[in-house]
Amino acid sequence: MTTVILRTAARYLLPLMLLFSVFLVLRGHHEPGGGFVGGLVASSSVILYALASGVRDAAHLLRTDPRMLIGAGLLLALASGLLSFFGGQPFMTGQWVSLVLPGMGEIHVGTPLVFDVGVYLVVLGTVLTIILSLLEQ
Amino acid sequence: MTFAVLSGFLAAVVVPFLPRFGRYGTGRTVALVPAALTAYFGSYIQPVGAGETFRTSYAWAPALRVEFSLHLDGLGLLFALLVSGIGALVAIYAGGYLSGHRHLGRFYGFLLFFMASMLGVVLADNMLTLFVFWELTSLTSYLLIGFDHEREESRKAAWQALLVTGGGGLALLAGLLMLGEAAGTMELSELASRGGDVRSHALYLPILLLILLGAFTKSAQFPFHFWLPSAMEAPAPVSAYLHSATMVKAGVYLLARLSPAMAGTDAWWYLVTLGGTATMVCGAYLALCGTDLKRILAYSTVSALGVLVMLLGMGSVLAAQAAMVFLLAHALYKGALFMVAGAVDHETGSRDVDRLGGLWRAMPVTAAAAVLAALSMAGIAPFFGFLGKEMLLEASLESGGRWFLLPVVVLAGAVFVAVACMAGFRVFFGSSLPTPKQPHEAPLSLWLGPLLASAVGLALGLFASYAAAWIVSPAATAILGERTGHQPLKLALWHGLTPALALSGGSILLGLLVYANRGRILQMNRRLEVLLRHGPAWWYDLALGGLNRFALAQTRLLQTGYLRHYLLVIFAATVGLSGYVLIGSVELPARLLGPEIRFHEAALAGLLLLAALAAVRSSTRLAAVAALGVVGYGVALVFILYGAPDLAMTQFAIETLTVILLVLVLYRLPRYAVLSSRWVRIRDAAFALVTGATVTALVLAAVHGPAYESVSRYYAERSFAEAHGRNIVNVILVDFRALDTLGEITVLAVAAVGVHALLKLRPKNREDAA
Repeated sequence: MTTVILRTAARYLLPLMLLFSVFLVLRGHHEPGGGFVGGLVASSSVILYALASGVRDAAHLLRTDPRMLIGAGLLLALASGLLSFFGGQPFMTGQWVSLVLPGMGEIHVGTPLVFDVGVYLVVLGTVLTIILSLLEQ
Repeated sequence: MTFAVLSGFLAAVVVPFLPRFGRYGTGRTVALVPAALTAYFGSYIQPVGAGETFRTSYAWAPALRVEFSLHLDGLGLLFALLVSGIGALVAIYAGGYLSGHRHLGRFYGFLLFFMASMLGVVLADNMLTLFVFWELTSLTSYLLIGFDHEREESRKAAWQALLVTGGGGLALLAGLLMLGEAAGTMELSELASRGGDVRSHALYLPILLLILLGAFTKSAQFPFHFWLPSAMEAPAPVSAYLHSATMVKAGVYLLARLSPAMAGTDAWWYLVTLGGTATMVCGAYLALCGTDLKRILAYSTVSALGVLVMLLGMGSVLAAQAAMVFLLAHALYKGALFMVAGAVDHETGSRDVDRLGGLWRAMPVTAAAAVLAALSMAGIAPFFGFLGKEMLLEASLESGGRWFLLPVVVLAGAVFVAVACMAGFRVFFGSSLPTPKQPHEAPLSLWLGPLLASAVGLALGLFASYAAAWIVSPAATAILGERTGHQPLKLALWHGLTPALALSGGSILLGLLVYANRGRILQMNRRLEVLLRHGPAWWYDLALGGLNRFALAQTRLLQTGYLRHYLLVIFAATVGLSGYVLIGSVELPARLLGPEIRFHEAALAGLLLLAALAAVRSSTRLAAVAALGVVGYGVALVFILYGAPDLAMTQFAIETLTVILLVLVLYRLPRYAVLSSRWVRIRDAAFALVTGATVTALVLAAVHGPAYESVSRYYAERSFAEAHGRNIVNVILVDFRALDTLGEITVLAVAAVGVHALLKLRPKNREDAA
């Protein structure tokens, strides 16, 4: 399956799809998107790259074992829920802050977004763990 | 207070990295954490002794009545002081005992983790908070017993302890939830005043049985006592800390804590007192028959736990006070004796009481610590153990009509004397015997802990009136709850020639007699061994074997390794369960189709049907997978048509990945070797139709059910107002029902680990064997 066309296309598609997946996570709170589908898109991009250039290259590109992503995602999701204890509120109460960024105006950032990033990482790690293991066989 | 409890967890995360900074002094550094906690809790002695209590609470999941709440009163304080104080001694001791061990850092991590969990158990106010910490102690106990995980015996012992206490923990959870329902509160501090409701509740007996199951397994009560002696596979610091001084007393603590709400009924008296008495007798007998010093001490611990449970069962004022005095005395002397046993093992290479002797010449300081602790255990004045024993005898004398307790208690006291003689006298005095290693004095870290613990036992005895007023009395008050009019406890070494004093002296003489005739008892025991072989441990093995065989059989039946069989089982279960509810309870709409059908809708439906048919009829796997992919994309299009872009996007991504996944798996498989027979096809077609019909009915019921509209309106109204998000689907996933999502991603993670294990961690020699 490693043709030149696919290899070249995958190299350009990978950053685009990754960027798109991040976009999906960020817009998810207001528009269609979210951590789950974002994670799926991100894992598709890595798998496309693995299909084109081989598992070893893809693993090298990741720099870390996909299982680390799963653990990091779970911890992040859990931590986002624990934050509310500091405000004396029940577990997983959403906490929001308004940030004013130069050039972007005022944006709301909250723990649900952090939670969604956790979901994103878990989904990405899980799919990659399963499919890369199968590809290696 | 919250920080005090949680600081142990923080330290447990940091400590494993300490040994990298220096080989020595880790033990003393780590001991600073429990030592600081001891000082912290020590500062509460004054106000708690004066009758104050302290409570902090954080909302956790208020809708489920789960709170993270802590409550400090006399009972909690006594335990907290024990946990942190003995923790400090054990931390120093472990530095010497395991010095140079390559996993020393990990060991300290586990140890502090345990300490923090145990503090949580004794300070928790909410019953579910207590339960979480309770399970954490079981878990850390498992890790610590199995610390030497390369030995099969310690793995087996760790496993056994986890199964027994974990099984009891499940019963406890059920019991606590039912208790919370019955009392109308989950807070232990409020429970005390609702005893009447609890005791007259229809479910009182089931609640009691479930809670006792939890407490008895944790505190190694008969017939669950067998895990404790097995747990002696753990390193000596663990045995001293978890399995004599603190963790095994968690069950006792729970019974004491629930006494105000649950004690005072006949059921409580018979179950708790008799359970404790049986444990006391059984442990005492087995302690006499042992030769391994640690096992002897373990069985005598079982016996002492029996004494404590028995006292709590009696329920009188005197018994509650006696329990607290005995508990404190026991924790001090037994912790010390276990540390001594470890030091002896460390310096001589043997723990067999019949092969050790005259060690005082080589190890004078260790011998001094052992003698002090043994004197307290034997109940000799002026040690604190003397007071414990005398109060125990007084409480039994007072129990009046239940006369049979008294001789049993005296006998058990005699056995304690005999065990004290073995641990404190036989090993250290008499003629020297050759040992595997040339004995020499243990280093400071190994004798400091036991010496301090037994010295505290002596000091508490000498200043008994202070100990009574500041530590024991407040604890006993918490056990007695609302019952007013009881005398505050006054302890004194001498209050005249009482019957209890005479009995105490009698039991010492009897104990010496038993010790002198130990040879004969051992001989007799050998003859009884045939009978004892079928004890609880044998039943445990039988049950475990049976469970494994059952698991294997049902796995063979339900999980044949063929995907088609899995699907059949899953569909049958789904159809059976949801169909059972649907039939009769749901009205289907009269008209299935809407007023008009647009062309593209009909075309899509046709495409879906055609693709499904193609998947069924295809004769190669790849074609079938591709056809299934078309079905999946078609469904995604349906989502788009009916306004669910989130679902559609996810469906597209999932469908793509599924096709890749299936192609990867199927790529290497040959063509279908055998096509299904006619009968199988008919069966599968029928199954598919029934499943499809059920799902259709389910969807129709969901759409037309009147109950569901309010839910979607609820979310639509609150999505932006409360959760700052306009995409309701996403807001539900990450905010309103984030707990569910957290559970789901955990399942995902577990599945990934499972697949990884299946694909990557296969034993290498499997292929050779096959």
